[in-house]
Amino acid sequence: MSTTTTPLGLPGVRSGTEDVPRLPEGTTLSKKDFTAANEVRWCPGCGDYAVLAAVQGFMPELGLRKENIVCISGIGCSSRFPYYLDTYGMHSIHGRAPAIATGLAASRPDLSVWVVTGDGDALSIGGNHLVHAMRRNVNMTILLFNNRIYGLTKGQYSPTSEVGKVTKSTPAGSVDAPFNPVSLALGAEATFVARTLDSDRKHLTSVLRAAAEHRGTSLVEIYQNCPIFNDGAFDVLKDSGEAQARLVRLEHGEEVRFGREDDQKVVVTAPGGGVEVVPAAEAAGRDVVVHDAAAADPTRAFALSRLDGPSMAHVPVGVFRAVARPTYDDLVRDQVDSARAEAGGPASDADLDALIAGGDTWVVR
Amino acid sequence: MRLESPTPDAPTAPRVEDGAPAPSAPGSTPVQKVAGVVIRFAGDSGDGMQLTGDRFTAETASLGNALATLPNFPAEIRAPQGTLPGVSSFQLQFADHVVLTPGDAPDVLVAMNPAALRANIADLPRGGVIIADADEFTRRSLQKVGYTVSPLEDGSLESYQVHALPLTSMTVEALKDSGLSRKDSERAKNMFALGMLSWLYDRPTEATERFLETKFAKKPQIRDANLTAFRAGWAFGETTEGFAVRYQVAPAEHPAGTYRNITGSTALAYGLATAAHKAGLPLVLGSYPITPASDILHALSGMKRFGVTTLQAEDEIAGVGIALGASFGGSLGVTTTSGPGLALKAETIGLAVMLELPLVVVDVQRGGPSTGLPTKTEQADLLQAMYGRNGESPLPVVAASSPTDCFTAAMEAVRIAVTYRTPVILLSDGYLANGSEPWALPSVADLPAIDPAQATGPNGAGDDGRPAFRPYLRDPETLARPWAVPGTPGLEHRIGGLEKADVTGEISYEPENHERMTGLRQAKVDGVAVPPLEVDDPVAPDGTRARVLVLGWGSTYGPIAAAVRDARAEGLQVARAHLRHLNPFPPGLGDALRAYDRVVLPEMNGGQLALLLRARYLVDVQSHGRVRGRPFSAGELLDVVRDAVAALPDTDSAAAASPAAGAVAESPQEARR
Ligand SMILES: Cc1ncc(C[n+]2csc(CCOP(=O)(O)OP(=O)(O)O)c2C)c(N)n1
Ligand code: SF4
Ligand SMILES: [Mg+2]
Repeated sequence: MSTTTTPLGLPGVRSGTEDVPRLPEGTTLSKKDFTAANEVRWCPGCGDYAVLAAVQGFMPELGLRKENIVCISGIGCSSRFPYYLDTYGMHSIHGRAPAIATGLAASRPDLSVWVVTGDGDALSIGGNHLVHAMRRNVNMTILLFNNRIYGLTKGQYSPTSEVGKVTKSTPAGSVDAPFNPVSLALGAEATFVARTLDSDRKHLTSVLRAAAEHRGTSLVEIYQNCPIFNDGAFDVLKDSGEAQARLVRLEHGEEVRFGREDDQKVVVTAPGGGVEVVPAAEAAGRDVVVHDAAAADPTRAFALSRLDGPSMAHVPVGVFRAVARPTYDDLVRDQVDSARAEAGGPASDADLDALIAGGDTWVVR
Repeated sequence: MRLESPTPDAPTAPRVEDGAPAPSAPGSTPVQKVAGVVIRFAGDSGDGMQLTGDRFTAETASLGNALATLPNFPAEIRAPQGTLPGVSSFQLQFADHVVLTPGDAPDVLVAMNPAALRANIADLPRGGVIIADADEFTRRSLQKVGYTVSPLEDGSLESYQVHALPLTSMTVEALKDSGLSRKDSERAKNMFALGMLSWLYDRPTEATERFLETKFAKKPQIRDANLTAFRAGWAFGETTEGFAVRYQVAPAEHPAGTYRNITGSTALAYGLATAAHKAGLPLVLGSYPITPASDILHALSGMKRFGVTTLQAEDEIAGVGIALGASFGGSLGVTTTSGPGLALKAETIGLAVMLELPLVVVDVQRGGPSTGLPTKTEQADLLQAMYGRNGESPLPVVAASSPTDCFTAAMEAVRIAVTYRTPVILLSDGYLANGSEPWALPSVADLPAIDPAQATGPNGAGDDGRPAFRPYLRDPETLARPWAVPGTPGLEHRIGGLEKADVTGEISYEPENHERMTGLRQAKVDGVAVPPLEVDDPVAPDGTRARVLVLGWGSTYGPIAAAVRDARAEGLQVARAHLRHLNPFPPGLGDALRAYDRVVLPEMNGGQLALLLRARYLVDVQSHGRVRGRPFSAGELLDVVRDAVAALPDTDSAAAASPAAGAVAESPQEARR
């Protein structure tokens, strides 16, 4: 049988929460409304606390009815998240949250769907579901807590751990090459890809805002400290002096520049299609990159994601890519809705009788 | 042609009902009335044998014959042409009386090439009819399958009635003005053969003509070629003197109603959609293609108009995850697969056991382990369905017994899943999925409604006395927990795979609670309301009762029922019962097993149900397990029944040796319920 393709009639750009019921005019919720009664059980100092507080603080801003917000997680320390957020929630199984959320999002346009996952959960056991969710562009926001370690199982290396990492399962150092989650997401056709830090509440919140607004799969990588099994993994990005020298804050429409006052750097295009960092003072004649998160072609965003290396000499954060593409769940629903509309509304008993009778019947009297 | 499943050594010659052949219109060939026929169409995978069989079946169904079909195709889409692995066949039994199986052995073998003959000849009883495409019996084709001389010429087929006909060249000749190349013309030879057999068995042709017109509407040249070949085949029958008689099979007595012919896969898809409709729930299917389950995915994908959403997932785990996510959102989540896929879904099904949400998992079983026999049938996933998960994770298991029963079984699976908030595994198999039979259409309005009873408000009070939602507060009758769907204000709650505290649903690691919850989950499944076991055990005129019970489950229904019928026709007294519910077992099963001196259990596996019954009821159930990738023949099971009866101890000693019906108390498990 030959295959055929049908034009799908692409819907325009819509907000990620457009179909979700909003609170009545004049009503607002507070952080407290999103704080579940359960006692939070992460280790003292765990970066997850900061992210939880930021999310609970941000949720009221959405203006949505809280019964229409759902948080689905996998397994890991970070995946305990839904228990602490007073919305509907499901703490599912290891790696499968994106698949479960896909079924929920596809069947319920009136929900704001959030996925919480860890670096092991999302990139190891659940890698397949993650890439397919992004490829499909299901309308949901995925918060990937990257602590570069398996926290819950007490400290084995993860798919984002650096080569040479000594853990319980790699006493001689890991020989496993890591993923760069942002590069991976861009390669998987993700329409929204961002990175932020657990400790930077303001930046984290701004990224959450953009991610929730985006219609489609938003992947937000959050560098998260695990003080127990991988303490200080991101310290160089948090120390005020160092952070300034290393954090490349991507702002849509602006030149990509960073560094200390006395040591400004810019990102310029490089031969071969990539980008490189040069001192601002030496940038004359070079093509300084102006960040375009909306670029249809992800090549430049990918090049920016490659600036991040094991040494963390320069680490881009912010929104790498935010482009509009029809979402899978909208398209799936459109097909069902239009089939029903064409047939004159919901099926009656008689319609089902006709379906099951098919074309070839005979009568016995 | 012979009656359905006579004794194996019965004559296989046509069974003439009304004396000598009488000339009858149309055409001049005399017509004989026969009670039933088994035809097997066999050819290369590229020869269109499945289509030919389907069309012949549709013609036969519309004539009102009783029928059952058995397609049999290779795992390769196109194995090398003309080879034994590439042979595809379609068997059909049709009759003027009740048909329970596609027939043990064909009366007529249509062999489109030497490979088809070689692969199937062993099944054809002596005296059977062979219709072969003589054009294909070339030296090269013969060599491919190890014939040194053509069996059409070396006398080796002497004991059969052989019609060696140049089907290919006659098709090409008929299409010489079609403008098609020789190669393309040859491809219509299956329609030529269909036309000829339609003539030979006096089948109505309008529906096939209509079918070809629709199927090839966009390719007029191909449409015309197929129609021409089909008509030429019929005309050849009419003019040739090669066939001494034509056959007629009168319509069978069916209860009044409107009928169609339907395969198990289609019936199952319709059953799911109808149940969702009766429950007022959108159906969301998450599925990953796998033989022989893909046809359900295909069928449901075409039912968008009925509110059916189908998502083809990236793998089986995602398929069931999508279904479970949809169920959490208040839809009817369904996933369809075969054995290897069920293995992948195990962890998520376990999560559904913990979450206590409705979920229907359809396993269309095929030969295993591993990739096994992907296109062949087996019933060897029963234990996987029952126990293939970590921890104590009971769930209801329902099995369909015939292609049309797939509809009813699917509705039953949905009813249980929705009513009891539980994953349910529905077992079908390759034979049911692809086999077909006539179906008396139900009226959707008359089918029972299913009440999803989703939660709308708080069901308890919090510590502060204010109304609160208790996600694991159970219905005292069903032990089902509330189904509280996101979007319902005030019922925000979190569920997950960690053990739940009774009633509140909070995380709980408390030992006593875990044991209580484990017991509750088990009790809920044990308490699923299922109809009591029905035993078919006619009392003999002299008052004696059967001492042998033949028990079956799933797709063995047809051959077991046929074998028992034949055994009774021989004067043997045997009882028969069939299980739809594998978990929980129907009330009365334990008593029934103990009421007979001998219980024989044919199943297409190594004895899995027998193992469960022995463990559960402490009854010495005799397993008859076979795994040959095809259904039992009625003749084989008749032997099993005969042996079981013959092996009975004589009456007096039996009464002393074996506990009679009712003499033993219910098993502890039954007493507990
Ligand atoms: C099927 C399965 N395999 C393994 C585990 C054990 N396990 C639980 S969490 C985890 C890794 C979690 O790492 P990550 O996703 O990075 O989360 P973190 O704890 O670091 O937040 C593993 C291997 C499991 N729960 N289920
Ligand atoms: S082990 Fe690490 S990631 Fe897990 S809770 Fe403790 S600090 Fe957080
Ligand atoms: Mg981790």
